[in-house]
Amino acid sequence: MTDAAAIRPQDRATTPRPRRLPQGLLKWVGVAPFLIFAALFLILPTLNIVVGAFQTPDGGFTLANIAGLFRPEIARPFWISIQLSFVTATLGCLIGIILAAAVTRGGLPKGLRDGMLTFSGVASNFAGVPLAFAFIATLGRLGLVTVIAKEVFGVSLMGLGFNLISFLGLTLTYLYFQIPLMILIITPALDGLKREWREAAESLGATGSQYWRMVALPILWPSLLGTLALLFANSFGAVATAMALTGSSLSIVPIILFAQIRGDVLQDPYLGYAIAFGMIVITGIANVIYIVLRTRAERWLK
Amino acid sequence: MMKSPKFWSWIAFGGGLFYFFVPLIGMFEFSLRAKRGEYSFLAYQNVLGDPQFQQTFFFSFVMAMFTIVWGVLLVTPTAFWVRLKLPQLRPVIEFITLLPLVIPPIVIVFGYIRMYNTSSFLPLTGSAMGTNILLMFGYSVLALPYLYRAVDTGLRTIDIVTLTEAAQSLGAGWITIMFRLILPNVLVAVLSGAFLTFAIVIGEYVFAALLNRPAFGPYMVWMGSNKAYEPAALAVIAFAITWACMGLIQLFTRLSKHERAKA
Repeated sequence: MTDAAAIRPQDRATTPRPRRLPQGLLKWVGVAPFLIFAALFLILPTLNIVVGAFQTPDGGFTLANIAGLFRPEIARPFWISIQLSFVTATLGCLIGIILAAAVTRGGLPKGLRDGMLTFSGVASNFAGVPLAFAFIATLGRLGLVTVIAKEVFGVSLMGLGFNLISFLGLTLTYLYFQIPLMILIITPALDGLKREWREAAESLGATGSQYWRMVALPILWPSLLGTLALLFANSFGAVATAMALTGSSLSIVPIILFAQIRGDVLQDPYLGYAIAFGMIVITGIANVIYIVLRTRAERWLK
Repeated sequence: MMKSPKFWSWIAFGGGLFYFFVPLIGMFEFSLRAKRGEYSFLAYQNVLGDPQFQQTFFFSFVMAMFTIVWGVLLVTPTAFWVRLKLPQLRPVIEFITLLPLVIPPIVIVFGYIRMYNTSSFLPLTGSAMGTNILLMFGYSVLALPYLYRAVDTGLRTIDIVTLTEAAQSLGAGWITIMFRLILPNVLVAVLSGAFLTFAIVIGEYVFAALLNRPAFGPYMVWMGSNKAYEPAALAVIAFAITWACMGLIQLFTRLSKHERAKA
């Protein structure tokens, strides 16, 4: 009877507390729906894939699926994806911090700073299919820039070897959400650079570039590297943009996995699980780096 | 001669402006080209008049609404309870809410397909309704990091312990506390999380495509490979929606700061 009463949270205020144990259990009832939901729709599905990556079709343990990741037709897309993510993350960080520094520290009107932050909020969410369309309309075969280059400047971008469905094209497109994400994350860090540090450096005779090189950058370093890892993971898992941009003609990991889930193109479901597992490992490492470095960076921002 | 930092700042800003606005202009210009030889809104007319557009957009819209309601109902009591009774559990819950940023969505949906197929213990993918529910759960998982953070930030600004004790001493039960005390107090925070969720769900592609549901994302991809100018019109519409969502978030945040300042 007391147990039944303890399960109904409404009764808690009116019934006298029976013993310690039900009271302790009751506490957990409050978070049970969330934990059950997270287990069923986030953790178990992922574990399911991870387990599948180490299974034979009849349920035994094997490393053959993981070994399959190193076959050239799988290893190559992984390598291209890693390169793509690394390049877009690095360029995103670099350009993002330059833009953020320009509006926070470069003496530009304050309105520009707010405008840039708002726009970054929009652009970092303007990913996926529509973003691909925007770039096709701009740099595709009949895109605005392509047409202007040809008719006004007489330059054929295609003739120069530019193709939107390529490593370069994907990089240009991904930067559209990578740079704004960097701006959103790094602006608070730049705001955290205290004016006193700059004044102290200047009173010791430091030039602007010396201040950045010897004071600001070392302080920002953990945030920078951490954000680099986050941007890496961000682009590594992106599927929709690449799908809409290239159809499925460019072999990057998410596209291979997408095709595999749709129609078992590898004709080996277990290799599919291994690919998914490989993706988790890579984004997982990137995110652990991000979290560790962010905690270190926060020391300076208090 | 060294130029001043201000000069270089303007150069950087100009470059950024160029990179970010040219694709927007390109997208808009392209969407107007549907009629040969003149600019027109024909592509928009085609898109808006397409029954497929209306159906898929409606589907995703309803999906977004259900996702928001479900997400808020799931996250708000949890965040409240953790702050009130189980602060030691906070790191665990926060870690779970960050997982969807770590695990690529395509892997999560892959897990769903394997776990909830027709021969499983919970054959959600066996029926259209079941798959819709699974899709909604998937979307609330994608929204979890943003929604939880938003609600938790909202809770931080109110003294929930005192408020809860006051309500209890007046005889309020947990349901009353939740709906008449906590939710109204974190409403602004919840709304900003909700708009972000809306922006995510409305254009989502991977979940909907792999679970085979007629959502707006797969429709856009289908248009992309079958039409010339309509995709650009869709992109303009999607951009406007994203912009509207972010604008509303800012508006509500500003309003709440105002009210707090008055109080």
